[in-house]
Amino acid sequence: MSTNYLVAFLASTASAATPLILASTGELVVERAGVLNLGVEGMMLVGAVSGFAVTLGTGSALAGLAAAMLAGLLISLIFAVLTLSLQTNQVATGLALTMFGVGLSAFSGQSFVGQSVPPLPHLALPVLSDLPFVGALLFRFDGMVYLSLLIVLAVELLLGRSRYGLIIRAIGESPANAHAIGYPVVALRYAMVAFGGAMAGLAGAYLCLGLTPMWVQGMTAGRGWIALALVVFATWKPRRLILGAYLFGGVTVLQFHGQGFGLPIPSEFLSMLPYLATIVVLVLICRNPKTILLNKPMSLGQSFRAD
Amino acid sequence: MSRFEARPVPSRLMMLVSPLIAACAMLLTSTLLFYALGQSPLHAFYVYFIEPASTGYGIGELLLKATPLTLCGVGLAVGFRANVFNIGADGQLTMGAIAGACVALYFQNVESYWVLVLMLLAGMAAGMAWAAIPALLRTRFNTSEILVSLMLVYVAYLTLSYLVHGPLRDPNGFNFPQSRMFGEYAMLPLLVEGLRTNLAFFLALIAVAAAWFFCSRTFAGYRMKVSGMAGAAASYAGFSESGNIWLALLISGGLAGLAGVGEVAGPIGQLQASVSPGYGFAAIIVAYVGRLQPLGVLLAALLMSLLYIGGESAQIELQLPAAITDLFQGLLLFYLLAADFFIHYRFKPTFTPKPASPPP
Repeated sequence: MSTNYLVAFLASTASAATPLILASTGELVVERAGVLNLGVEGMMLVGAVSGFAVTLGTGSALAGLAAAMLAGLLISLIFAVLTLSLQTNQVATGLALTMFGVGLSAFSGQSFVGQSVPPLPHLALPVLSDLPFVGALLFRFDGMVYLSLLIVLAVELLLGRSRYGLIIRAIGESPANAHAIGYPVVALRYAMVAFGGAMAGLAGAYLCLGLTPMWVQGMTAGRGWIALALVVFATWKPRRLILGAYLFGGVTVLQFHGQGFGLPIPSEFLSMLPYLATIVVLVLICRNPKTILLNKPMSLGQSFRAD
Repeated sequence: MSRFEARPVPSRLMMLVSPLIAACAMLLTSTLLFYALGQSPLHAFYVYFIEPASTGYGIGELLLKATPLTLCGVGLAVGFRANVFNIGADGQLTMGAIAGACVALYFQNVESYWVLVLMLLAGMAAGMAWAAIPALLRTRFNTSEILVSLMLVYVAYLTLSYLVHGPLRDPNGFNFPQSRMFGEYAMLPLLVEGLRTNLAFFLALIAVAAAWFFCSRTFAGYRMKVSGMAGAAASYAGFSESGNIWLALLISGGLAGLAGVGEVAGPIGQLQASVSPGYGFAAIIVAYVGRLQPLGVLLAALLMSLLYIGGESAQIELQLPAAITDLFQGLLLFYLLAADFFIHYRFKPTFTPKPASPPP
């Protein structure tokens, strides 16, 4: 196994981790506000197809990313209206959102199959990007890889160190008390669900603009669900998402590099790895009930009505 | 300020009416969508919803597709009643299909209907085993059965893909990823000559009846209902939570596995790279639209089956994309969940009180 190969492996790990970071950061904020949105997979797909369509039409990847965020946000509002205003079961509504998103994206993406867009531009610094090893590992990614890390940092600071973060955490722990103090619980939850939707949309767009610059039906392949598992893995702490996402990114790209590493295993078994790893990781984190009890937002998944 | 108020008791009438409201809303949306796609809504409507059910053969197809939806839906409904969310029925169905196919291919030269019986049992056992993994991990390690069962769907798909590309591939099949065709004794007998509806539909009806009996006439079914409606009350009463989880997952896994055998030993007749167009996921919608009641699930499965078949004929006759079926399915569940709001809330009319009339 050559060093070049290892560098390529590590570099593609970062790209594979980026959509997971984006989607799971959004979902983490939603869950900290006490809402469980199982529709990440659907929102990612809708974001992906919208981002692809707009990039194809305008030629601007930036416009595509913005459109994806908007699309993710809009579709998450369906979930918000149902669960927050109409008090529907969050699990069922999230599943409905995923199925709707799968259908909507496949339906509207029909004409894009087989088309391709130019990939997102990569960073090119005069000297740094050309450095051996370090250049490829630090200074040659597209902007979204760096942006995703900045977003995690921003969410970590806002959620953990700011007054607004405290309010968000309060409505997640005890919406009744937060309401009694006078915070607009439902309005804030709407805002957080919308944020989660926008992030999932962005994550989806990165899949079809950055990772593989084309649209394939159902191209998320369970990444939305892995993002949900990552939130548990991170015990609802944003900074731990980075570790989790890079771990999973590595496992995901292993299937493409398996042959290169000389692993004599059928490709199907390598493709199973991310899903099996998700299960293993969930078991490791959840096996101690105290870890979950201490970190999980108390009102997660429960409806709240102000009157 | 709110124009809605909570009902003192959930409305039984709305329980039954809300699926109808949802279905009407979906029909309205589909009409608008057909119109937007440049189709004559009336014609599209006819092709989608009326034509498939207007011939004897069409009815047979309707029952054929309703079979796996009913089997999976009934099992899921039993679990959902106890708040056990198995969303990996498609994976359990796939494993059931694999196990059934292995039996069929192993006993290729045995000419006895015991092969079929063995296939059905193997399929159920495989579905149960696949569902036992989330049950074990949930009860032992407290992991979410939602995420684990879903992850196992992908693992099951990949296992199937490996098998039909490798060990189980038909050596004389021109390298197509599919197994040999099953022998005569490994196929489910047809119920009516000329229709493709087979014995599995009969098994689905039995499953509906058994699930009804289990839910409303047995203590275990009662325990599951209580846990779903009031978890704290159930634990005060000493009802075992892990018992419910095991029961819910084994029942739904077993029935999904049976549905898998029904597919490979029925309309497909061999093991292929894909044995289900997402029946296990559509069954989630079926369970909810059927109000988590076994009989309701049967009706909902027929409706969902009509959506599948209507989607196919719309694809052929109107050149509408196949994904329209998934879109309608998702919409149906959204509308149903929204309509359910009125089970627990009612409109509060705001009228100004009349001045009291003076006594005569």
